[in-house]
Amino acid sequence: MLQTAASQASGTGRGDDPLLVLHSVGKTFSTGVTALSGVNLAIGEGDFVSLLGPSGCGKSTALRLIAGLATPTAGHIAWQGAGFSGRSNVGFVFQEPTLMPWSSVFDNVWLPLRLRGVSREKAAPAVRQMLDRVHLSGFERAVPRELSGGMKMRVSIARALVTKPSLLLMDEPFAALDEITRFKLNADLLELWEQERFTTIFVTHSVFESVFLSTRIVVMAARPGRVFDEIAVDAPFPRDEAFRTSPEYAALCRRVSGVLAAAMEGVAHDGR
Amino acid sequence: MTVADRPLRGGLDAEEARRIRAQRIERVGRWLFPLLIMAAAIWLWDRICVWNEIPHYILPRPYLVVQTLWTDAALLFGSLLTTLRITFLGLLLAVVGGVGLAVLFTQSKWVEMSFFPFAVVLQVTPIVAIFPLINIYVGNQTAKLLLCAWIVAFFPILSNTTLGLNSVDRNLIDLFKLNRASRWQQLWHLRLPAAMPYFLGGLKIAGGLSLIGAVVAEFVAGASGQSSGLASRIIEAGYRLNAPRLFAALILISVTGILIFLVLSLVSHLALRRWHESALKQEG
Repeated sequence: MLQTAASQASGTGRGDDPLLVLHSVGKTFSTGVTALSGVNLAIGEGDFVSLLGPSGCGKSTALRLIAGLATPTAGHIAWQGAGFSGRSNVGFVFQEPTLMPWSSVFDNVWLPLRLRGVSREKAAPAVRQMLDRVHLSGFERAVPRELSGGMKMRVSIARALVTKPSLLLMDEPFAALDEITRFKLNADLLELWEQERFTTIFVTHSVFESVFLSTRIVVMAARPGRVFDEIAVDAPFPRDEAFRTSPEYAALCRRVSGVLAAAMEGVAHDGR
Repeated sequence: MTVADRPLRGGLDAEEARRIRAQRIERVGRWLFPLLIMAAAIWLWDRICVWNEIPHYILPRPYLVVQTLWTDAALLFGSLLTTLRITFLGLLLAVVGGVGLAVLFTQSKWVEMSFFPFAVVLQVTPIVAIFPLINIYVGNQTAKLLLCAWIVAFFPILSNTTLGLNSVDRNLIDLFKLNRASRWQQLWHLRLPAAMPYFLGGLKIAGGLSLIGAVVAEFVAGASGQSSGLASRIIEAGYRLNAPRLFAALILISVTGILIFLVLSLVSHLALRRWHESALKQEG
């Protein structure tokens, strides 16, 4: 039974050996609200999966369940494949930069390693390399309030990646940024991803962002939160600013918008 | 061309120039005006003594108070030292006890729920009313006074630090959980630094309260006549109708309280200036 669900779910996945599989996962809160219901989803190794949907469709809840910050009320989440070490090595980027305001940029990025018992000296090369890769070299000693919103988010990404996680979870990380900064961070994130191909689950409510970044888009519907449809984004990498203006991109956006509209209409029908 | 966009000196428009002028006046005025009012008050005090021919044992003239401060310096500053010792030891114990209890509270909701009401009871009961009991049960004079100063000073530290330890960004707590941080790591790297501004706010209040606690305790204990802090000097001077010394001791206590507040404010500013909103200069 479970195998069927898994194989169905992994239908659009890229790898044969998914990193993790959600088996009819549901979450009902003590308030009686059902945030998620019957979610089957397989995340392949090296995938960049976007969870796209209207607010209240349980995208963030799904992310918290995968991270192990909450437990599902129904179904279960199975970690497989090479990254079986699983949850112990998950990077998380929140909607807000969520930095420690009293710590320098270096100390903020060092934190995950520090909590694993890595000394400042031992961590320094990894931290510096990571800061360099998010284009923040030279800002080691700055404190968060001295940085712009985009720079804070870069620190947050560096902190999530410094442990070389097998899975990166991002919860609408660029939603609060202006469009120019967001485009830049989209491109930079993709560049990082192309170098290392860390498996990523990216929650967003932007069609354009999800098409630009993903290898696969999972469209979700609300009340109760569930998977509505999955769309593979076959456009080749590297994707750059030229991709944003290509007819291929426009066509994909149109298609995803259509599915999203259907998902939201489904809500209206259910509501009646 | 309107008046507003006509270029003025230094390329500033009229509004900016006015703002700079206002800032300059405020910078000077912040010190100057209180000093002027103070000087006027002292002058008026002196005049009232002269105009009404008030005898110095009722209301001494200001210069007499200053003179007493000088002639009785050995006696007064010796007493000040005694009071200061109680104040600082009391504050130190309040910090240790307040922060320690607050940390204990955040480790377990049950401990907090069970013990916080007792802390409130200690806080709301006037120290003057508790003191006779302490007087009966505690023999050592210094211990008595310390206990009083501690009871008065520890509550703001406890309640502020508890609040601070609990007002941590939920996402940061999740981040620590994701990285499998131990309770100790969460406390040391996250909760304590996050509580710092709250603790320092409590400390500023507690510093003044500790002095008040030390003085009040000595007042109540002073009747038994063994202490030698500033409070007993005041009582003594009151009995002997030595008003100049009474005023001198009073001034010493006030100045001490102000100094404690200023020092703690400076400590707070230095500790927070790099990151916390409260210590940042306001712009615009």
